[in-house]
Amino acid sequence: MTDAAARSRPVTAGRSRGERRRLTGFGLTSPSVGFTRAVSPRDVGGVLREAGSRGVIARGLGRSYGDAAQNAGGLVLLPGPSRITLSPESATARVSAGTSLHDLMRVVVPRGFFPLVTPGTRYVTVGGAIASDVHGKNHHHAGSFGNHVRQLTVVTADGQERTVTPEVDAGLFWATVGGMGLTGIVTEAVIALQRIETGSILSDTDRCDDLDELMAAMVAGDESAPYSVAWLDPMAKSRHLGRGVLSRGRHAPLSALPERLLESRWRVPEPPRVVAPSASLVPPRVISRTTVRAFNEAYFRSAPRRSRGEVTSLSSFFHPLDAVDGWNRLYGREGLVQYQLAVPDAAADVVRRVVERLSDHRAPSFLTVLKRFGPGNPGPLSFPMAGWTLAVDLPTSFARGGLLDELDEHVLSAGGRQYLTKDSRMRPDQLEGMYPRLAEFRRIRAAVDPSGIIQSDLSRRLGL
Amino acid sequence: MIDSLGQPQTVLVLGGTSDIALATVEAWASSRPQVVLAARPGDRREAAVLRLSGLGLEVEAVDFEATDTGSHPALIEQVASGRDIDVALVAFGVLEDEELAWRDHATAVRSAEVNYVGAVSVGVCLGDLIRRQGHGSIVALSSVAGEKVRRSNFAYGSAKAGMDGFFLGLGEALEPYGGHVLVVRPGFVHTTMTEGRDPAPLAVRAEEVATAIVDGVARRRRLVWVPRPMRPLMSVLRHVPHPVFRRLPI
Repeated sequence: MTDAAARSRPVTAGRSRGERRRLTGFGLTSPSVGFTRAVSPRDVGGVLREAGSRGVIARGLGRSYGDAAQNAGGLVLLPGPSRITLSPESATARVSAGTSLHDLMRVVVPRGFFPLVTPGTRYVTVGGAIASDVHGKNHHHAGSFGNHVRQLTVVTADGQERTVTPEVDAGLFWATVGGMGLTGIVTEAVIALQRIETGSILSDTDRCDDLDELMAAMVAGDESAPYSVAWLDPMAKSRHLGRGVLSRGRHAPLSALPERLLESRWRVPEPPRVVAPSASLVPPRVISRTTVRAFNEAYFRSAPRRSRGEVTSLSSFFHPLDAVDGWNRLYGREGLVQYQLAVPDAAADVVRRVVERLSDHRAPSFLTVLKRFGPGNPGPLSFPMAGWTLAVDLPTSFARGGLLDELDEHVLSAGGRQYLTKDSRMRPDQLEGMYPRLAEFRRIRAAVDPSGIIQSDLSRRLGL
Repeated sequence: MIDSLGQPQTVLVLGGTSDIALATVEAWASSRPQVVLAARPGDRREAAVLRLSGLGLEVEAVDFEATDTGSHPALIEQVASGRDIDVALVAFGVLEDEELAWRDHATAVRSAEVNYVGAVSVGVCLGDLIRRQGHGSIVALSSVAGEKVRRSNFAYGSAKAGMDGFFLGLGEALEPYGGHVLVVRPGFVHTTMTEGRDPAPLAVRAEEVATAIVDGVARRRRLVWVPRPMRPLMSVLRHVPHPVFRRLPI
């Protein structure tokens, strides 16, 4: 058989296993080939019962940066269609796991509702948001996505459909929240929503000249701001070390809308208008020290020193990068590595140390985000913990330099952890130190999936 | 699984006493891979195991004979049972006395069997494994001798030319299955295999080849020359007219 034929022919190994496909995470690193298949919720049980030794994992929209949603040599279930049933009186929505937050927002925003938690992109599925237990700019007030899941339906490895809530089968519920898809295939969820009066945000911006000023402003002001996040310039040096732009916001009440916006009260999020070219067409070093330094300088200078109550749309406040489809491809064929750490409040000095090391290495990260976390939830693998979180995007070629191994040590010794959804390179022997309740997760997983049917490249790499 | 930075968790070395392969594993040591050294039993293998376990690596030795191709499928199957092989280094080879290698029948056949037939044999077994795994890299240690076969070592060179071509093709064939093959063409390398021979120009140490392999695996490269100037040099040599080429002292 020729190569071309091998590529185009849908592979059937014995029985129909799906289409052979090369998958990566959003970072475009560590590709592997598995068999993808769209399966309706009622057929998931049968597929799990018939799974081969390489197992099954569910994939959403592929926004995990590393290898969480791929399964080399095994089956990868693709997201099913959106199904959204809004219950306005209880402010909840019953949604299929394949529903993206984009679709959800387009349905619920015009009716005066908004998810309680949205990550930095709305192109994630509800199933993925649960598996990663995603957080947003309001973690310090609202917690993470799992805090607002009222009920979820998960098909476990034995093919049995289980409906679990924070009260009924709470162990399985919380292991599924943040469980990286490894407890079973989530098919449906009931999630709580918040009421909003408009589709606008009133945002406040403060430009801070160094890290101390920035962190102090966050500690002082976050209590009164529902949404708060800081962008920082990791390439800035000495007295400007950790300079950044703090952006805070709250949902705009109707009374705050200027007249010109009254007609477009809901400003429903739109699909992206710009598409980045294919990674193989991107010239090398588009994202380099030179370009990132120039970008960071321009971004910092263009931010207002202090502005209050600016009216902005939901999408430009929460999901600015969603305006460019496939921006990750600008990193070229080698892709990017994201590193996101969380440390307890008492270890705020670790944040400073990490920013110093990034600055020393002139780390070319244009998306460096600092945020305060509120308390974590009962999920044994849920990432957030009360304190600070810092996320850095780095070109893969830079990340090979070994700096991240050094940062791991700082994070570990401070009792912190890394976000598995972002991870693509941590060492398995560090996992237990970062997630002290790993044994509890493993116990619950072993009970519902004793032979390890549900598996992913991530679970193999880290021995989850 | 190999990670995003190209650090493998399991490495299989076929020709487990190869200096280049051992230097490569050492270069990966910080990510603490499990290592399987497939080689003939004996002192050299013992030494190789000690060298790597001394770095804190988990090392296992298995018996491997390049010419016993019938045993290869079961051997690779056994090594890969219960775990994935992230990177396999095809690092065995023999370099006989060049004049003997074309005059003496047994020596010539042995050179072809080890350097070409043995390599193809393990290549097919590894290819089968990678298709099932959905991922995996093969590093094939070829040689510049195989790129342009010369009078001075044509028995060795022709076998390397054959294995080089086979692994380049295998890389293309495995691409749709998630596999990756890196063909490495070093020039003269100071190793046990070349001990006692006069080094050629641009000679390198095993560590330099190892660095190129680590980088090539991480970047999923198809072909690397070590040192890099070997590539333009060989490119020029390929275009030298034959009457001139045969007079060159190479």
